[in-house]
This record gives sequence, C-alpha cells and structure tokens, in this order.
Amino acid sequence: MSWLGSIINLDGYGHYLHWHFILVSVGNLIVVSLMVLTFLGALFLPFPGKGRRKENR
Amino acid sequence: MSTTEIDRQWTTRLRKRATGKLPPEKLLPDTQPIYVSSWIYVFGVATLAALIVVIGTGVILAIRGPLWWHQSFIGHFVNSLHLWSVEIFFFAMIVHLWGKFFMGAWRGGRQLTWMTGVVTFVASIVTGLTGYVSQTNFDSQWISTQAKDGINATGGGAYFNVLNFGQMLMWHIVLLPIAAVVLTGLHVLMVRIKGVVPPYEDEKKVA
Repeated sequence: MSWLGSIINLDGYGHYLHWHFILVSVGNLIVVSLMVLTFLGALFLPFPGKGRRKENR
Repeated sequence: MSTTEIDRQWTTRLRKRATGKLPPEKLLPDTQPIYVSSWIYVFGVATLAALIVVIGTGVILAIRGPLWWHQSFIGHFVNSLHLWSVEIFFFAMIVHLWGKFFMGAWRGGRQLTWMTGVVTFVASIVTGLTGYVSQTNFDSQWISTQAKDGINATGGGAYFNVLNFGQMLMWHIVLLPIAAVVLTGLHVLMVRIKGVVPPYEDEKKVA
C-alpha cells in the first residue's frame, strides 16, 4: 500500500482556507464538495430500469 | 385454556398488535412505489450497508485489540476498513438527510421516522468522537485534549470525560453501538410502517 502514500503526501500540516469567519480545511472542503456533487447527481442522473418497474402505491 | 384466556395473554395481544401494524408483506415488500426509482432513495440503504461493515469490522477490532490493529498488516487493513466504512456511513447519511429534508420527509404522519433519524444522527456523531479518542495514538490524544474543552464548556465533562480512555472505549464499543443499532432498527421499522414519503406532487394522489 506504500504506492498510495506516494500519490498524495499526507505527512505534513493541513491546508486551510480562510475567508472572513469561514475557516475550512481543504480536506473537509473536498468531502463537502463531493457530497454536494453526489446529491445533485442523485437528483438528476437517470435511474436504471425506471420504465420497467411495477407501480405499487 | 379458553379462547378468552388466550386472547387476554400478553403474547397474543402483542402478536396481534405487531402483525396488525406491520404485516409481513409490509415488512418485506415485493414492490416499491414508482417514485422510489431515483438515486436519491438509494442513500438510506447505502448508510445501512456501511453500518453493517462498521459493526463487522468493529467486532473484529474488539476481538483482536489495539496491539493487533497498530502492528500487523491485517490489523492495519481492518482498522482502515473500519475508518473508511465510517466515512462512507456519514457521507451517505448526509446525502440521505439532504434528500429527506428537501422532500419534507416528516409529512403524512412520519414525524417519528424523521425524529428517530435525527437522534440516530446525533448518536452516530458521539460514536464517531468516542471512536477517534479510542484509537490509542497521538491523533486520539490530540482530539481528546481538544474535545475536553468543548465538552467542559457545556458542563458535561463531569459525566462524559474524553480523557478517560476506559470510559470512552466502553461508550464506543458497548453503549453507543447498541443505541445506534436500536435507533436504526426503529427508524427502518417506522419507514416500513409508514412507507416511503411520496414527492410533493404525488402526495394528494397517494392520500
């Protein structure tokens, strides 16, 4: 697994973004951005086999 | 024993009440409403799947102990599986939360479904914190010394001491997992009893 460590060097100080009262680490910002992207994808990407499903209300 | 006596037994009454509220075809349905065919409905089950991996890897870590997860290759691997399944658990749960919030998932008498979800979320955060302070490394020392100030500021430090490793480990591997699993079970049962919330435009059709 050492190859994984060579892609991103995590052995150092964290990086932070600071804007007025907002202070967020780059790592947290990446995770939040991925969650927003996943949420938007879940809303707008077509669901496989939607037309074939039986309705049961 | 007469029929009246049998009807009065607590086991009979409980069974009738349980099967009345949640018949087997409602507990494990064959089909779902058409509006469930959307990715946004996947994240509740994704959270549940991640929770199963969290519990499974947690059980292995509890059996083998800290020396194993710090020093052996397989121990590192299971420790990493435990961490990353927790990351996926929270990731999926947040997307599930956003989806349900914008659907107004408390509609149609589903308040208890919503509230059991809220309490499960809070219990999961505390489980996560106690996990971080139970790692037995410099990271857990740093987190516990930072967290103690916050918790002491609330006045809760006398009862919940993040510097007390034994207390944190017991909360993490006994009390909080029981709470999280029971609450998740109740949440899923509430979803089965009340059904999945329909979109706003379908609400009148369903009612």
